[in-house]
Amino acid sequence: MSTNSNIAQDDTAVAQEVRELILKKYPAKVARKRAKQIIVNQIEDNDQAPEIMANTRTIPGILTMRGCAYAGCKGVVLGPTRDILQITHGPIGCGFYSWLTRRNQTRPKTADGTNFMPYAMSTDMQEEEIIFGGEKKLKKAIEEAISLFHPKAIGIFSTCPVGLIGDDVHAVAREMEEKYPEVNIFGFSCEGYKGVSQSAGHHIANNKVFSKVVGQIEQHVEGEYRFNILGEYNIGGDAFEIERIIERCGMTLHSTFSGNSEYEEFASAHTVDLNVVMCHRSINYMADMMEKRYGIPWFKISFIGAEATAKSLRKIAAYFGAPELMEKVEKVIAEEIYHVEAVRQEVKARCEGKTAMLFVGGSRAHHYQDLFTEIGMKTVSAGYEFAHRDDYEGRKVIPNIVVDADTRNIEELTVEADPTRYRPRKTAGELQQLEQREHMGFNEYLGMMAEMKSGDLIIDDLNHHEAEVLMEKYKPDIFCAGIKEKYVIQKGGVPLKQLHSYDYSGPYAGFRGAINFYREIDRMVNSNVFRFIKAPWQKNPELSGSYAWNR
Amino acid sequence: MLLRHTPETLTDRSALTVNPAKTCQPVGAMYAALGIHNCLPHSHGSQGCCAYHRSALTRHYKDPVMATTSSFTEGASVFGGQANLVEAINNIFAIYGPDIVAVHTTCLSEVIGDDLGQIINKALADGKIPKGKRVIHTNTPSFKGSHVTGFANMTQSMVQYLSEHTGKGTGQINIIPGFVEPSDMAEIKRNLSMMGIKGVLFPDTSEVVNGPLDGRFHMYPKGGATVSQITSAGDSAFTVSLGRTASLSAAKLLDTKCGVPFTNLDLPIGISAMDAFVDCLRKTAGVSVPDSIMVERGQVVDVMTDMHQYFYGKKAALVGDPDQLVSLVQFLTDMDMKILYVVTGTPAGEKFEERIRSFTGDDTVIKYGAGADMFYFHQLVKSGKPDLIFGNTYAKYIARDEDIPLIRIGFPIYDRVGHQYFPVVGYRGAMRLMEKILNAVMDRQDRDAPEESFELVM
Repeated sequence: MSTNSNIAQDDTAVAQEVRELILKKYPAKVARKRAKQIIVNQIEDNDQAPEIMANTRTIPGILTMRGCAYAGCKGVVLGPTRDILQITHGPIGCGFYSWLTRRNQTRPKTADGTNFMPYAMSTDMQEEEIIFGGEKKLKKAIEEAISLFHPKAIGIFSTCPVGLIGDDVHAVAREMEEKYPEVNIFGFSCEGYKGVSQSAGHHIANNKVFSKVVGQIEQHVEGEYRFNILGEYNIGGDAFEIERIIERCGMTLHSTFSGNSEYEEFASAHTVDLNVVMCHRSINYMADMMEKRYGIPWFKISFIGAEATAKSLRKIAAYFGAPELMEKVEKVIAEEIYHVEAVRQEVKARCEGKTAMLFVGGSRAHHYQDLFTEIGMKTVSAGYEFAHRDDYEGRKVIPNIVVDADTRNIEELTVEADPTRYRPRKTAGELQQLEQREHMGFNEYLGMMAEMKSGDLIIDDLNHHEAEVLMEKYKPDIFCAGIKEKYVIQKGGVPLKQLHSYDYSGPYAGFRGAINFYREIDRMVNSNVFRFIKAPWQKNPELSGSYAWNR
Repeated sequence: MLLRHTPETLTDRSALTVNPAKTCQPVGAMYAALGIHNCLPHSHGSQGCCAYHRSALTRHYKDPVMATTSSFTEGASVFGGQANLVEAINNIFAIYGPDIVAVHTTCLSEVIGDDLGQIINKALADGKIPKGKRVIHTNTPSFKGSHVTGFANMTQSMVQYLSEHTGKGTGQINIIPGFVEPSDMAEIKRNLSMMGIKGVLFPDTSEVVNGPLDGRFHMYPKGGATVSQITSAGDSAFTVSLGRTASLSAAKLLDTKCGVPFTNLDLPIGISAMDAFVDCLRKTAGVSVPDSIMVERGQVVDVMTDMHQYFYGKKAALVGDPDQLVSLVQFLTDMDMKILYVVTGTPAGEKFEERIRSFTGDDTVIKYGAGADMFYFHQLVKSGKPDLIFGNTYAKYIARDEDIPLIRIGFPIYDRVGHQYFPVVGYRGAMRLMEKILNAVMDRQDRDAPEESFELVM
């Protein structure tokens, strides 16, 4: 038996023990459900991962990391775009909490360019509107917003009570659009109780942006090798770094959904020749729908990690197929990697062999493993907060996913080829050839589990109790999650890296981002500060001698 | 400019709130519940509310904020949240083992009309609440009041559910501290102990959300008022409640339910309000004010007089929560500063305005409740520039655009530490506020002074 399989066996035994320990504490009903969401990874030769239960209801009373559909729709997908004026329809809280807290950076093209992101707008529903309906106030709010801010587009975001009291935000949007035809107005039924997590909100956002925004404008900025990045939200300036690299390569990034973006870029996004998908979970719907309606192929890429960035650039260049582009891309990669490599080697020497855990989001828990690998760190356990089975096991399982009541409540758009604008970017033969020669992976995502080791512990929708057991049993060198988990973990003397907000640092995408991340992890796992937890007298408590006063 | 679309000219707005100067009730209720020892706050609604409130409080305190949720789905929203709450209660006691669960509602469960008292009784009848454990609740509809109201409601519910009058002599008084920082609560306790007064302070978040890092996570930190302390509040001789908006309702209820008389005072921020607090304690407890407190007070007067030239005539604009604003305004006017604008999104009422006017006179622009948001506040600031802005972290966008120094006070403060550990109440707190104000004013003078009049000694 090879050493590798020995290690895998040991890891499996540990993971199984931890799993049992976690489940032991639960009431029977909770344990039965969690048992299906806590899986010891076992990768067969054909990359087949074991089945995991995901995208199911959070158990009431469990200290969960998850948020709601409103957060996924308004906060995640629409939040990063700067010139769609966003009105939260509901009581004040939801609008308040989603006000600038996600760190989406943006850079208007001119010093006085439109930027509504520092503004939180809400109808601040009062009891009167709850009783008599809030549509009148919403209409008034839209009119006031138009007269104050003159936006091109307005999005209305529904909070929990809106659905219950029966306000029709879509009817209001239509009525106001008739009154103000120069403004594109649309509503999102993203009440917080929809679905089981933020994920429902992503889908709701995709549907509306696709049906009300994409395809509205036919003009576009000219350029060579035009494509969109879907599912990149410009946390901490990630999009700026990606834009820099793509510009260096001589390609044209038409629009990003939705980091550092503008309305007109979305509206003309259907004119490009390729969509690449960063965060599969939050935006795969958009990629699929744009392919069906406009004929734009898509594949998965990742700009998290220097290797992944290089690989993604090569894939995009190969897709366009121009020899001068491929040459340029190789040159850029070589130059950038040179700088990355110096730092990587230096940091790796200090981080090699240390362990990490990642429990976050719907893509980040997967993507960031690459960065840890690059500095010699091992991921021992990981899971998503709101992903689906396909993000764990790969898209091949989609036909087998049972659609439950919570998912059925989210609208699934029927999309057909646009009669005039559907234009296949490549022939079937070309696509097949690219697939065979370059392994592009059109319409594919292999998922996180296939890229993790056998014996790693995979946990969907991790909760507090489980995190405590993981900390105790694995004693990782670093834990990656979000703000709610940060200080819980750090009180135990282990640093936590926030992978939603990056702890107010970044960027971590692309080549310069990789350098930032290596240095940041080096700072955290080799920090000086945690050694002060024990006072000298706690480390060495015995008393020797005394300075008692001579009485 | 960050807020480049904010015009100076005021226009009528009756429906659109822009950049709110308040948030919703549940976050205040969650914070108050953290001030009970061994308590797990529980949010009855969609899980997004709980996630948002925990995130907001965590960013503000940089400490764990533990709370659970009923995790409503569409089904629960249609059929009611009883099944979710009963299941949650069962899971919470089985997995997290608190002494007490403090449930607050959300706009969702309020609109559905869930009767929390009845659901808790059902959980009790079903044996889901272990013997000796408690579940309490408060109603916190987000479409009424603000985060301060939510704090007040949870504090009032503590009295409603827990405080009992048994007639037993306790030799103690109650302090209801209001929506202040853990550092402020600790400072109030320190003053009580300096005066030799036995007090019950609730809620008490000190050493809950500003705990030490000792290498172990404590689900239930050392701090917090215990259930038995809150129970005994019904037998206290007297209640001093601090702040009308956050504390008055609980004090009133203690009076009507348990017959404990009360005085409501302003939050003891600044010299006059602290003087009133100390004087009230002295009289009701029948103790004399110790020298140690007189020294702290004298030091405040010393700095006020020594540095008067830097305070005098400085124009201030304040945005925040009503109880803090009342005391701050009084303190600033005590130092001969001029108050231009006072804005709070909380519907604080006419008494709030009257109280502020009693310090400032008629020239100050005061706005509260509907339409009182930070967009409006910014427009005021543009129309006549103050020398200083007092507000939470969101005010930094205005401060940067208008190039005016910001004194961070209130909730939330996401971008600095200090509020967790150093009080603004008490004479020590007055000293800290003066230091902050002086640093801001003098740094600005240093930055802007022509070279020839750059001062070494100030």
